[in-house]
Amino acid sequence: MTNEIIITGFGGQGVLSMGKILAYAGLLDGLEVSWMPSYGPEQRGGTANVTVILSDEAISSPVLDQYDIAVVLNQQSLDKFESHVKPGGTLLYDPYGIHRLPQRTDINVLEVRATEAAIAGGNMKAFNMILLGALLKAHPMVSPETVIKGLEKTLPERHHHLIPMNREAIVKGAELI
Amino acid sequence: MTKEEILAQGGSKVNARPRLMLDATMHYCPGCSHGVVHKLVAEVIEELGMENSAIGVAPVGCAVFAYNYVDIDWIEAAHGRAPAVATAAARLNPDAMVFTYQGDGDLAAIGTCETIHACNRGENITIIFINNGIYGMTGGQMAPTTLEGMKTSTTPYGRRVDLNGYPLNITNLVKELDGVCYVTRQSVHTPAAVRKAKAAIRQAFINTREKRGTSFVEIVSTCNSGWKMSPEKANKWMEENMFPKYVPGEIKNTVKND
Amino acid sequence: MKQQINDDVKLMKGNEAVAHAAIRYGVDGYFGYPITPQSEVLETLEELKPWETTGMVVLQSESEVAAINMVYGGGATGKAVMTSSSSPGVSLMMEGISYIAAGRIPTLIINVMRGGPGLGTIQPSQSDYFQATKGGGHGDYRLIVLAPASVQDMADFVGLGFDLAFKYRTPAMILSDGIIGQMMEKVVLPEARPRRTDEEIAAQCPWAVTGKRGRKNRNVMTTLELESKMMEENNRQLQAVYDEIEKNEVRYEQYMTDDAEYLFVAFGCMSRICKKSIEQARARGIKVGLLRPITLWPFPTKAIADLAPKMKGILVAEMNAGQMIEDVRLAVEGAVPVRHFGRNGGIVPNPGEVVDSLIKQFNIHD
Repeated sequence: MTNEIIITGFGGQGVLSMGKILAYAGLLDGLEVSWMPSYGPEQRGGTANVTVILSDEAISSPVLDQYDIAVVLNQQSLDKFESHVKPGGTLLYDPYGIHRLPQRTDINVLEVRATEAAIAGGNMKAFNMILLGALLKAHPMVSPETVIKGLEKTLPERHHHLIPMNREAIVKGAELI
Repeated sequence: MTKEEILAQGGSKVNARPRLMLDATMHYCPGCSHGVVHKLVAEVIEELGMENSAIGVAPVGCAVFAYNYVDIDWIEAAHGRAPAVATAAARLNPDAMVFTYQGDGDLAAIGTCETIHACNRGENITIIFINNGIYGMTGGQMAPTTLEGMKTSTTPYGRRVDLNGYPLNITNLVKELDGVCYVTRQSVHTPAAVRKAKAAIRQAFINTREKRGTSFVEIVSTCNSGWKMSPEKANKWMEENMFPKYVPGEIKNTVKND
Repeated sequence: MKQQINDDVKLMKGNEAVAHAAIRYGVDGYFGYPITPQSEVLETLEELKPWETTGMVVLQSESEVAAINMVYGGGATGKAVMTSSSSPGVSLMMEGISYIAAGRIPTLIINVMRGGPGLGTIQPSQSDYFQATKGGGHGDYRLIVLAPASVQDMADFVGLGFDLAFKYRTPAMILSDGIIGQMMEKVVLPEARPRRTDEEIAAQCPWAVTGKRGRKNRNVMTTLELESKMMEENNRQLQAVYDEIEKNEVRYEQYMTDDAEYLFVAFGCMSRICKKSIEQARARGIKVGLLRPITLWPFPTKAIADLAPKMKGILVAEMNAGQMIEDVRLAVEGAVPVRHFGRNGGIVPNPGEVVDSLIKQFNIHD
């Protein structure tokens, strides 16, 4: 089983770290993983995207043009990547700030009101974990518990108090699907 | 009379080739200051018992063959890069006494960046800077330290500051850097000057051994071939023309003398 | 293929893996200057503070010019010393690399390539192949050039690079790129080992400039020799070492070549992309295989020459305007058509583009 995923949005939305958390959970589950970011000035306010691949086989190209799953977080990314989802694949998007909706009918389109949920919860930092919760509900490639275990292993001790907040965000995201 | 005959007649030996000077024919021109400074380096290393820990870094320029004359370990650096080479040699070998030996083109033109930054980091090295105001090895072209009005093969009508800029007093720049513990300007054109220059090199090498930061010893020198003068006249010319711009004496000393 | 995970299995960037591997290998010194996309090497080393554990020296130099000359100076004392940079910075290092090769100083230089020429782009490229393999600096010299295709390779090639450098007393280069440097993958870090002692260095490197330390003969590291006869002899000795390396150290990977009718030749990240292209092409009934040179110098000339007659055509895929293709053509000697696929300027081709190019250039009807 291979999941070829692109997560794409504005720099600062937590795109790269969401990808990293997902990749790390895959690693803990014994999967082959790759995480390939766009890098450079676009990290600072422009668009940012990351390609994450989880597979039970060796991963060939870390760079792709067709994806099983696209997580898109702004209009620019939606316009650019909608056509790059494989037929039968998944397009997961946050409608916040989106004025032109996805058009394709041969893919599974999921709307996740993550920005709204994050604002309602009073914590925009939970935004990307809400999305991850939704993604994992739709495609349980790794378990939410593995994600939390990954956070415990990778977050410095001084940030461990943030783990409950992340756990709640994942649960919240799953409820939005 | 041979040396043996003189000694047999009750003469006493007052001077000799230092033990660490190799028995090699020098390529320097007669009257050149390099030979004297080499000898001082050899004497000081021997007197301080540093022959097993000294690493010299040779430049590109007339002193490119410095390693042929002093019997210690040497690294020959690319043009201007001696302070960078010495930085790594010293950091990776804390027990070694690392020094560079550089001319004005090497240190103050192509290698200015490496010079300033090694000094600013306070690398535990000594920099011996031979300033004769000209490129000797390549045949007498303008150096950054060439005086205003001085004729060289690339300033045949004399250095014009409107065209070539001003003579660079890099030693005074180096003085301002916090990493530098000792800055001095000496010469070797009289016996008294030679003695003072030797004391300065000795102080610098001790500073390096004791890890006090960068020591910088400028030797204002003659290049009678490049200047197209007899050695005697070159010495006089240096006193009259170089010394007003490059004033000999101690410039900075943040450590007490040993 | 699920495997047990322990604490030695990490998820990290290629650049970070280099830093970790260097400390674990027992590298004595790293000297470098920040440049995208490889700054994480220096950043990771500064964060890990190896001077407190292994005693490794780490220094941010004032320029790449200074960095390579620090590598020269440190390497001349027999220590295992390295630097890393990206294309424009590596251009600045070329003079020093020539000196290091001439002085036969075992050192490791890493180029995480970005697109050029000039200041170019910070995005990935493979356009420094000529510079790395044909001698970007002056004089007749060679570098052992290793081309990593994964984060694991980045970690492993640090040790391999130094092992080869010391075995042959010559500099080695890891020719990586922005993708391999910036991507994160699973990596198993090499086992940690202590740095060599001064006694071990003296025994391994009798030429090392350490201060005489009681040695009868002094050591001098110089690359200057004004006697032409002697200088020719120095060159002969260098070439003899290079001959040995060419005989013993060619490394490459073959992938799905057994039944292949067409062959991709690609190195580094491009070989990864080509593996995906092979999957796509084979799904369309086109039998393609891959030869991935791991050592770009010495080049796997014979392996390619042996494979060539079995192929209908060879496509050399590179993120440049056509550099390695020259070595492939020399190997193939006209036996089969050799074509090029390339993207420049930091554009990373996608696997489908390579398949399209193969079909078009060899007029394949699927």
